[in-house]
Amino acid sequence: MERELVVDARGIGKDYGRGSARFSALKDVTLQIAKGECVAIVGKSGSGKSTLMHVLALLDAPDSGTLAIDGVDTKKLSTGQLNTLRNRTFGFVFQQFFLTPGTSVLDNVTLPLEIAGLSPRLRREKGMAVLEQLELADKARSNANDLSGGQKQRVVIARALVGNPGVIFADEPTGNLDSATGAVVEETLFALNRDHGITLIIVTHDDELAARCDRQIFLRDGAIVSDSATTGVAA
Amino acid sequence: MRTTDLVAKAARNTFRSKTRTTLTVLALFVGAFTLTLTTAVGAGVTDYVTKQVDSLGADDVFIVTRTAAATTDGPTKYDPETSSASTGATAPGLPGASGSDPLTAGDLDELAAFEGIVSVDPIQTAAVDFVQYDGGDRFELTINPTSSVTKSDLVAGAQLDQSSTNRQLMLPSDFVEPLGFADAEAAVGSTVTLGITDVLGAQSTVEATIVGVSQQSLLSSGAGANQALVSELVDVQSAGIDTGDPRYAIAVARFDTSLTTDEVAALKADIVGAGYGAQTIQDQLGVIKTVIDGIIGVLNAFAVVALLAAAFGIVNTLLMSVQERTREIGLMKAMGMRSRTVFALFSLEATFIGFLGSAIGAGVAILLGTALSGALSAGPLAALPGLNILLFEPMSILGIVLLIMVIAFLAGTLPASRAARKNPIESLRYE
Repeated sequence: MERELVVDARGIGKDYGRGSARFSALKDVTLQIAKGECVAIVGKSGSGKSTLMHVLALLDAPDSGTLAIDGVDTKKLSTGQLNTLRNRTFGFVFQQFFLTPGTSVLDNVTLPLEIAGLSPRLRREKGMAVLEQLELADKARSNANDLSGGQKQRVVIARALVGNPGVIFADEPTGNLDSATGAVVEETLFALNRDHGITLIIVTHDDELAARCDRQIFLRDGAIVSDSATTGVAA
Repeated sequence: MRTTDLVAKAARNTFRSKTRTTLTVLALFVGAFTLTLTTAVGAGVTDYVTKQVDSLGADDVFIVTRTAAATTDGPTKYDPETSSASTGATAPGLPGASGSDPLTAGDLDELAAFEGIVSVDPIQTAAVDFVQYDGGDRFELTINPTSSVTKSDLVAGAQLDQSSTNRQLMLPSDFVEPLGFADAEAAVGSTVTLGITDVLGAQSTVEATIVGVSQQSLLSSGAGANQALVSELVDVQSAGIDTGDPRYAIAVARFDTSLTTDEVAALKADIVGAGYGAQTIQDQLGVIKTVIDGIIGVLNAFAVVALLAAAFGIVNTLLMSVQERTREIGLMKAMGMRSRTVFALFSLEATFIGFLGSAIGAGVAILLGTALSGALSAGPLAALPGLNILLFEPMSILGIVLLIMVIAFLAGTLPASRAARKNPIESLRYE
């Protein structure tokens, strides 16, 4: 089945440091992710999985190789265009919530829309709609600090979702949550993938979480050691 | 990001750390407060002096003395042909016009011959012993020698008529009650008696009509007298004795009012070139203004030093803020905020702090200053009617607020560029 590629990375290399301290965080990583896939990038800390996510999410530029997002070669884009692409196409869920303290839940959720330059009225409408969807509408006016961990992570998901992105990157989304609330958050993310066709890229060292994804990519020392899509074996 | 959102966000961010913002605003407040007050004092005093000099009127007048205003090459050598004896008589009440070398009738003719000079009148001084009304108490009175060329700040009545043959007197307002008049209006038109002692020591009296009552003034003290009154007083004073060629410390040369500023300057240069000192009223005012500007300049310098210190406060506050909000900056950049927007956000925050400090500082300065100015005018400065020691001008206050906002913006550029340069990944990893 030929599907539209959201991410098309070929021969990605990324080095850190200089001289003798130089090391390769990513070595010749080639990876295609199709629209609507649910992919887990799995590896121990230091395996390069976070670096790979940063490169794929256009937060970091690769030193070698090419990366196309939605068929567009990212090398040909200006910084401004990259910013716009990130704003329009990607949603982010981080392990730490990164909610702005002393600011309402709604304002936190609509931050990507504010950056995109939408009118306050439109921001409010979209923000309330997505809070509605995640059953957080009653918390819209609350201070983001006053929520529980699970609620905070759902606010973060709402924020990732509000711009109607094609891809959501989740970096250890349940790392800071107990297993019960973690399960709720996981379910929310998978539902988005299942029901709304949003491409989900989860970076994790948690094998259980990875196993719930359609596809697992294992990384070790900056290189892909196995990819369930090419080997056909689910981990 | 929309500009309105950006400004609103910057304003909101300043209130997130209330203690820190308050302290920084306080530092700016001190600078803005001081600068507003010193500027107001400068404006108030300048305004007062300008009004005083305007009340002197006479835009078409040179005050002429025999010698050039300032000599830098030491005492002048005596030459029997050109020099004339110095009387040492000085003209009270007119700064810069103390001639040590009197003007003679020949000098007056020479001055009148300059093209553009309409008339030359010597200023004669008359020393009056007392003034008395209707047999009441006698009071000492000084006749202002320049009253023949100047206009008075009137409380009641009219200006002196120099061409009138009636003997006219301009009475200072503080003489009204002691002399026994009900008020200034009542004094106008009354006839008073002036006592004068002649050179032989005999005292006689001269009658004069009050045509106007003048506000007391810094620059023109004493009573005013028209030409007819002065001539009469001088005649009585000399007791009919011929004292030789008349000599005058100062003369007043009126020039053609149609002359341009440049032509007036050229004419002045010509007169000075002929060995006279010539100053317009504006020249004399200029000296006073320079002194005031100097004093205000020093005061303003102190305020600016305070502002510079406050600027470092802003740098410090925002650097801390950038450090604290590293992850927030990283998140916003990850979500596609451009570096220049991040820069704008933080420099706007600095500018907003500047606005808060300067607006509050200027506002409090205006409130306190207005109260203080009123109290001073009623109390210690009551002797100088018309003086508003603090004059708040909307444009200069706007200027101060803008200046402080610019200073705050400049102070904010360092932390703002640091925020703008932050790498989103590093920032998100920052614990």
